[in-house]
Amino acid sequence: MSKKIFGFFNKQKQFEKDVLENNMQYSSFYGDSFKQLKKNKIAMFCAGIIIILILIAIFAPLIAPYDPTYQDYSAVLAEPSMAHPFGTDEYGRDILSRIIYGSRVSISIGIVAQVVASLVGVTLGSIAGYYGGKIDSVISRIMEIFQAFPDLIFAMAIMTFMGKGVVNLFIALGLLTWVRTARMIRGSVMQLKEKEYIEASRASGATTYWIIMKGLIPNCLSTIIVLVTLGIPNAIMYEASLSFLGIGIVPPTPSWGNMISAAQTFINYRPLYSIMPGVAIMITVIAFNIFGDGLRDALDPKLKN
Amino acid sequence: MNEKKIEAPLLEVKHLKKMFPVKSGILSREKSSIKAVDDVSFSLMPRETLGVVGESGCGKSTMGRSVLRLIEPTSGEIIYKGKDFMKTSGSELRKMRSDMQIIFQDPYASLNPRMTVGEIIAEPLNIQKKYSSKDEVREHVLKIMSVVGLNQKYYNRYPHEFSGGQRQRIGIARSIVLEPSLIVCDEPVSALDVSIQSQVLNLLTDLQDSMGMAYIFISHNLSVIKHISDRVMVMYLGHVVEMADKKELFDNPSHPYTQALLYSIPLPERHSKRKRILLQGDLPSPANPPSGCVFHTRCFMAKDICKTEKPELKDIGNGHMCACHFCEKCGANSLKEKM
Repeated sequence: MSKKIFGFFNKQKQFEKDVLENNMQYSSFYGDSFKQLKKNKIAMFCAGIIIILILIAIFAPLIAPYDPTYQDYSAVLAEPSMAHPFGTDEYGRDILSRIIYGSRVSISIGIVAQVVASLVGVTLGSIAGYYGGKIDSVISRIMEIFQAFPDLIFAMAIMTFMGKGVVNLFIALGLLTWVRTARMIRGSVMQLKEKEYIEASRASGATTYWIIMKGLIPNCLSTIIVLVTLGIPNAIMYEASLSFLGIGIVPPTPSWGNMISAAQTFINYRPLYSIMPGVAIMITVIAFNIFGDGLRDALDPKLKN
Repeated sequence: MNEKKIEAPLLEVKHLKKMFPVKSGILSREKSSIKAVDDVSFSLMPRETLGVVGESGCGKSTMGRSVLRLIEPTSGEIIYKGKDFMKTSGSELRKMRSDMQIIFQDPYASLNPRMTVGEIIAEPLNIQKKYSSKDEVREHVLKIMSVVGLNQKYYNRYPHEFSGGQRQRIGIARSIVLEPSLIVCDEPVSALDVSIQSQVLNLLTDLQDSMGMAYIFISHNLSVIKHISDRVMVMYLGHVVEMADKKELFDNPSHPYTQALLYSIPLPERHSKRKRILLQGDLPSPANPPSGCVFHTRCFMAKDICKTEKPELKDIGNGHMCACHFCEKCGANSLKEKM
């Protein structure tokens, strides 16, 4: 069979071997994107902050100077000092230690909630978008039901229904955000599936799985990444809001949200107590946002030099 | 190739129809349907090029895609290499698809922007699992790249880095990599510069000579059709109005529509004395096609019979098929007398 091609090939001008070998280093899509990302200094700086935050969360027991639940009644609402850099709270607990431990809750909730939301959202969104018709109608109606409730009230309802706790918070925030991912992916898939390169794959005999995995998802990737990286700070904010309202993380466990909630009583007397958890939230949210933007730019081949 | 193979047609299409339902209103009840392709029959020999010509919206592309079942036809028969292509499904269908490929019109939309040139060309090989090792796939892809005239060092480049002509070469490479017997070329050169058009056309004819595939070549450009086709099929509003060998069709166009098309080709002479047939009006809506002969609303020959009776596609000699009540009368010879 191949003979007919090679017959023609032999007639063609042969390309020089050395040119070939010099110009054909292996490069993958993600390798190229990473190179591109490395050129973006601000994004790399934010990536550094994110890595530091994650390390702080993992090694919290080694870094924190005190146990976050240790109550020192000789130093209630202490001023910032060498012993307590940000002071202490109304039970005499070290605020710095509580912020360090609070990063565990915030970051894990942000990431886990987004991973759950993306898995569910991408799967359901691409199925709805690709198949269309009745499957799409069913999934879209479910999404509309979820979207019919105001976000915070919906999360509050789930938390009240299931009870407080970290795992329930994962579920609540996952349920809250998967719809957004699914909607975006559904839209992109509906648009992408009409493209001729998808038709070309089908003309070569590709299965639906192949088309979704090789044709559609890679082209939705920048959308997914933007959604995830913008979703993580969002989830962190929701966690803070819910904890602030007293239905997220239950007090002895430190979280940035419930710290701000507790601190509001003392905001005039000990401003650092409420400012520092807020600064922690702000740094995390900004770092994820800027890093997400940089990642999106790097993953878009059209922006490549 | 031996004699016997040439005798049997590669592809036979019988009474192919494609209708798109038109939904209207809030209740989305099906009201009417657009007959994009209405009762098209033809056969294609191995190594043959069938040119399909017609104005925009006449169903050429839908026909081409229906033949490959990229658009599922409403009814009709497609017999490919003796097998009923319409009845296959699942893995059998996917396997048969490796033998029929398509080249698209838009070289910008037809290449996946997330894949490198090498990955794009290798995709059909990977889908069909032709090779087990990556090196073999790569070797095959590099060979195909040089066959279509792409520098092999572009292997790791992305499609947006290329010009239209080079992109179309990538598309051609992708379609020939599985060595198909049939390629549907859906206006492969109409999006390209004129200078590049001829290069791509010559590449297509060279590939046909060396690999021996058949083309269904869809175009609205008559000069291109004249250059590349063996036989030509003229479509109007989803119907085949005329089909003949290229020379016969261009020398002796028998359907009034074909005549109008041929007389619309601009001539390079400045003071050409040739008279032109100007068609009046627009293409009627395929949702509500005219009664009788679909062309009677714009035909300069139309009589009462055309409004009521639909002309059959009949052989008027030497395999020249024409669907007109007066095709014997209005042959090119009689036309010349009139002008």
